[in-house]
Amino acid sequence: MAKDDKHVPRTMPVYSSTFTPEINAEIRRAAATGIYDIRGGGAKRKVPHFDDLLFLGASVSRYPLEGYRERCDTNVVLGTRYAKKPIKLDIPITIAGMSFGALSAQAKEALGRGASAAGTSTTTGDGGMTPEERGESKTLVYQYLPSRYGMNPDDLRKADAIEVVVGQGAKPGGGGMLLGQKISDRVAAMRDLPKGIDQRSACRHPDWTGPDDLEIKILELREITGWEKPIYVKVGATRPYFDTTLAVKAGADVVVIDGMQGGTAATQDVFIEHVGIPTLACIREAVRALEDLNMHREVQLIVSGGIRSGADVAKALALGADAVSIGTAAMIALGDNDPKWEDEYRKLGTTADAYDDWHEGQDPAGISTQDPELSSRLDPVEAGRRLRNYLKVMTLEAQTLARACGKNHVQHLEPEDLVALTMEAAAMAQVPLAGTSWWPGKPGTQF
Amino acid sequence: MQTFDLEANGLRGLNEALQAQSQTTNATAWEVVNPRGSHAVAVGLDAPIEVTVKGSTGYYCAGMNKQATIHVEGSAGPGVAENMMSGTVIVEGDASQYAGATGHGGLLVIKGNASSRCGISMKGIDIVVQGNVGHMSAFMAQKGNLVVCGDAGDALGDSIYEARLFVRGSVKSLGADCVEKEMRPEHLEILADLIERSGVDAKPEEFRRYGSARKLYNFDIDNAY
Repeated sequence: MAKDDKHVPRTMPVYSSTFTPEINAEIRRAAATGIYDIRGGGAKRKVPHFDDLLFLGASVSRYPLEGYRERCDTNVVLGTRYAKKPIKLDIPITIAGMSFGALSAQAKEALGRGASAAGTSTTTGDGGMTPEERGESKTLVYQYLPSRYGMNPDDLRKADAIEVVVGQGAKPGGGGMLLGQKISDRVAAMRDLPKGIDQRSACRHPDWTGPDDLEIKILELREITGWEKPIYVKVGATRPYFDTTLAVKAGADVVVIDGMQGGTAATQDVFIEHVGIPTLACIREAVRALEDLNMHREVQLIVSGGIRSGADVAKALALGADAVSIGTAAMIALGDNDPKWEDEYRKLGTTADAYDDWHEGQDPAGISTQDPELSSRLDPVEAGRRLRNYLKVMTLEAQTLARACGKNHVQHLEPEDLVALTMEAAAMAQVPLAGTSWWPGKPGTQF
Repeated sequence: MQTFDLEANGLRGLNEALQAQSQTTNATAWEVVNPRGSHAVAVGLDAPIEVTVKGSTGYYCAGMNKQATIHVEGSAGPGVAENMMSGTVIVEGDASQYAGATGHGGLLVIKGNASSRCGISMKGIDIVVQGNVGHMSAFMAQKGNLVVCGDAGDALGDSIYEARLFVRGSVKSLGADCVEKEMRPEHLEILADLIERSGVDAKPEEFRRYGSARKLYNFDIDNAY
């Protein structure tokens, strides 16, 4: 039989599980350019997440609250430990730090408008505080970052809270990046940098190292601001038990833990996908640290990284968080990655819902850009309205789930209300595998 | 002259009193006694007052200073005059790490030596060190002038942006992207002004200038697409 006989069955082409088309494409890209892939967003790989948890709801032993009639509160107070003026929010969903520079001024204004309308806070980023953002944000958290771009005592005093950023989930141990396309005249002036350079901000603070120094740094910030403002300490999720313990010992009012699904404006893909741990894996360990110090609820815990829905909010709260923070989801609510811009996404070599080259400054939605024409596409009033609506829906969803569990405040949700669908999620969340009373690592068990 | 006993009356009372001073205050001269290495002494000031600290301080003395003149009659711990916006800070003794870190403006004079990372991430401040500076000084320095009358340690000006570094003595090594640059007349003028304002016994011609080679300003991409 001839080898080229068309009737001979052929082995089907088989893609390697190791050298997938995606991997091969990246090898080719690296070979062509000589630079690692830079992108925005958080981890795209599949990791155990809130989807792997379920609420048990009411049963014979638990009774629910009436869906629309019985009260289920959502307010939260942050900064009760030392601050003279703690932050009082209507909902336990805050807007995470995103910089002017990474985002357009219109996007920052929209975040302020949406957050304020929903009764929550928004946060500055690695570029200082803009008047638009301060003006439109009823409650504004001012990030204190390693770069200290735009840092000054006047803005510090204008803030409602201060967030000392040690790290973020997308890149624990990494600094910021803002490529030249986005260093406009205004961004350059605010950061004291030359226009158009590829800017890399520092990965650690210039004037303190370690928890003992951090305690003194927090003292200085409190002294400058009259002990009025809550001081948050934000860390990327890596060693949540120890980081939480040390942040509390350093004097934090609030600890913010950002899981690996949390987004960034720009960093190396290898960093995003290979450093840090999933959001789900850090909450119980952070809560354990707070409980060991007798500080749970005295020092508040904010969790971020991949929060998308009221279900995610409710599950984070049930695991012990006081509030959550959203970044990527807020951008999508504003209009990021909307299929209505598909033609333009295609021209950029991508597609809606996959666009992550936020660092290039060509965002068709006008959000992650400094291009005047593109950024003018975003109407801050309309985008702010969308964000408010989205926050409202998340809140209603979280209330729905809390009522189903018989809770008259979303913060009353507890681990006992949850089960896990997978062994991994059960181990990370420390709740039983569905239909069992067991999870891997449960005290008193052999596993 | 207002005298404040830090040991007796506490840090909060001191900073509250100093921060309460306005542009038109009559209480323009303050003396702080018994600092005993306290942290965050005279931070966040924003008035044209003169504060003399009678002894050594801990971390972050004169942090985020605006307008005030703060004189430390001793040595200063880490982060003296960090993020200073304007005004003048003078340290009679030595300064520990991160002196003048991220400072946006004003003048910091250190009459002794400064430890490592002096002027780290400086953003417009002028720093004059009459002695030596330690390693990694002016790391990621963005704007402003660092004048070192003695020697500089390893990796001076690593990853520097547009700050100007002037060193009279030796430089143990230069950091990434930091190079020696031509001393032009405008630089001699800047130096002469800083030497005069800081009361240093030196001549501008004795210094060499260092700055950014600007080779790290953009990613090195072989074939961008």
